[in-house]
Amino acid sequence: MILQPEAQSLLVELLWQMADDDFVVALRASEWLGVAPHFEEDVAFSSIAQDEMGHAATYYGLLADLGAGARDSLAHLRPASARRNSVLVERQNGPGSYRELPHFDWAYALGRHYLYDTFESLRLDRAVQSSYAPLAESARSIRREEHYHLLHHEAWLRAFEAGKGTDGDARRRLQHGFERAFADAGDLAYSAPWQSGWRRTGLLPDADSLGQEWLDRVSRRLLALGLDVPGAALFRNGRLGQHTPELDALLADASEVVRMDPGASW
Amino acid sequence: MDDDRTLDFMARLDAGDKIEAGDFMPDAYRSELIRLITLHGVSEIMGTLPEKEWVPRAPTLYRKLALMAKVQDEAGHGQILIRVVEDLMAPLGRNREHIMADLFSGRQKFHNVFHLEVPTWADAGLIGWLVDGAAIITQGMLLGGSYAPYTRALRRIVEEEGFHIQHGESICMALAEGTPAQRALFQDALHRWWPSLMMFFGPPDVGSPTSHQAAALRFRIRSRSNEELRQRYLSKYVPRIRALGFTIPDPSLHQDPQSRQWTYTPPDWELWRAVINNRGPRSGARLRLRQTSYEEGAWVRRLLTDAGKGAAS
Repeated sequence: MILQPEAQSLLVELLWQMADDDFVVALRASEWLGVAPHFEEDVAFSSIAQDEMGHAATYYGLLADLGAGARDSLAHLRPASARRNSVLVERQNGPGSYRELPHFDWAYALGRHYLYDTFESLRLDRAVQSSYAPLAESARSIRREEHYHLLHHEAWLRAFEAGKGTDGDARRRLQHGFERAFADAGDLAYSAPWQSGWRRTGLLPDADSLGQEWLDRVSRRLLALGLDVPGAALFRNGRLGQHTPELDALLADASEVVRMDPGASW
Repeated sequence: MDDDRTLDFMARLDAGDKIEAGDFMPDAYRSELIRLITLHGVSEIMGTLPEKEWVPRAPTLYRKLALMAKVQDEAGHGQILIRVVEDLMAPLGRNREHIMADLFSGRQKFHNVFHLEVPTWADAGLIGWLVDGAAIITQGMLLGGSYAPYTRALRRIVEEEGFHIQHGESICMALAEGTPAQRALFQDALHRWWPSLMMFFGPPDVGSPTSHQAAALRFRIRSRSNEELRQRYLSKYVPRIRALGFTIPDPSLHQDPQSRQWTYTPPDWELWRAVINNRGPRSGARLRLRQTSYEEGAWVRRLLTDAGKGAAS
């Protein structure tokens, strides 16, 4: 498929966002390995992390096909300023390190993943209609997996609903978790510089309505849970390469081994 | 009465019968199973921690995915085994909360290799290849055991461990075929791990008829001694390690050409005892990590219990 230079740069921008979102969220999810609230969840949450890492590999592969570079280098060796993921996915799971003594917050994990996966599903609903056939094709198989992520998060939200009469503490924690997640979610659907181009080229149809549809959907669910809906704040805009030091640390960690010798075969 | 039932039970074992969770079993059989399977299950759970340290740092997308899947398998094995033990413990009024409490208080031990440091990527690969390689030798031997729920769990576990060894071997091969620095990384890891690998199967039985090994053999839970397993391990892995041109740090290690028996420098069993009694280099840190996470997740488990009650009422 031959693309005009303008369409190519619009497509690459979209793929950076999709690839970097999934790569970073997969890394954060993988930090939960072995320390989820119960043994069954260790297994379930790791499946989600693996799915996301697999999706990232697919998107970086599409970028490699477009001549952006080698897939693993794109994932591992680009600096934070080149990353286009939302700030929502790069934040720490909580204080402490996953290796030494994590103090991770399950309510925040659930809030973040619910917000992100809802967004991702809506973005995939559009990507399956993309004029770029390789993206549409990948999005179709990825969307099937995302469906199960949302079922998983929904099962947890139902547990909060069912248990809310007996434990106000859990509900307060969930409210707080969603507040922390919302505080970084303002850049999730930010697409002002590209949305008219994405619409015109058909690379991502209906990109303009994505943000509102996402906000409506998550707001309805939170209200049904009896939670307040915090505003989605725009703290830093990851889509423009503005990130937190937490992303620098995450990327340094993720590339620690390969940077010993980036040319070697690992 | 019980004596007759015990004699009948032992006759069943001798006839090769398999025992199910609801069948009569002597207390000694039940407690030997609880001891063995809890040790196995808790070792799987604590065994997720050394390797999880390397999941985000794995050097390629493929290695990240494979290591994540491997650690997930270990967590899954832990979960399955704890379920098997919970059935055995139910008549004693005990469950997984008690197992975790025993782990945190130091009463419940876990395998020596999971108390150690994993300072480099080569150590992570070595665990997959040579530690899981040792585990599969033990578990393969236990497959023929008399307690059916455990052997059913083991069938799945052994199958998955087979993939883990391939995963670990593939990491180690990449290092072996790599740059001098990559080869040195693996050689260093081998130096660190060899003594612990030799301890993996536990001390040779000194012949005490009351030992756990003897009890497990009598109850047909296991069919081979620690030393037989170690010999089998050496026969399988020493030639492979040497074929890659690496040096095993034991100058007296050799195989008798006639008897096929391996001679080796006996490991420091006092050190082994210290390690499994939570005085290994990472024992404290890993237990602290596991306990803190478990306690900080208590509100979530309470929520699920409450949600369950809410759904039932």
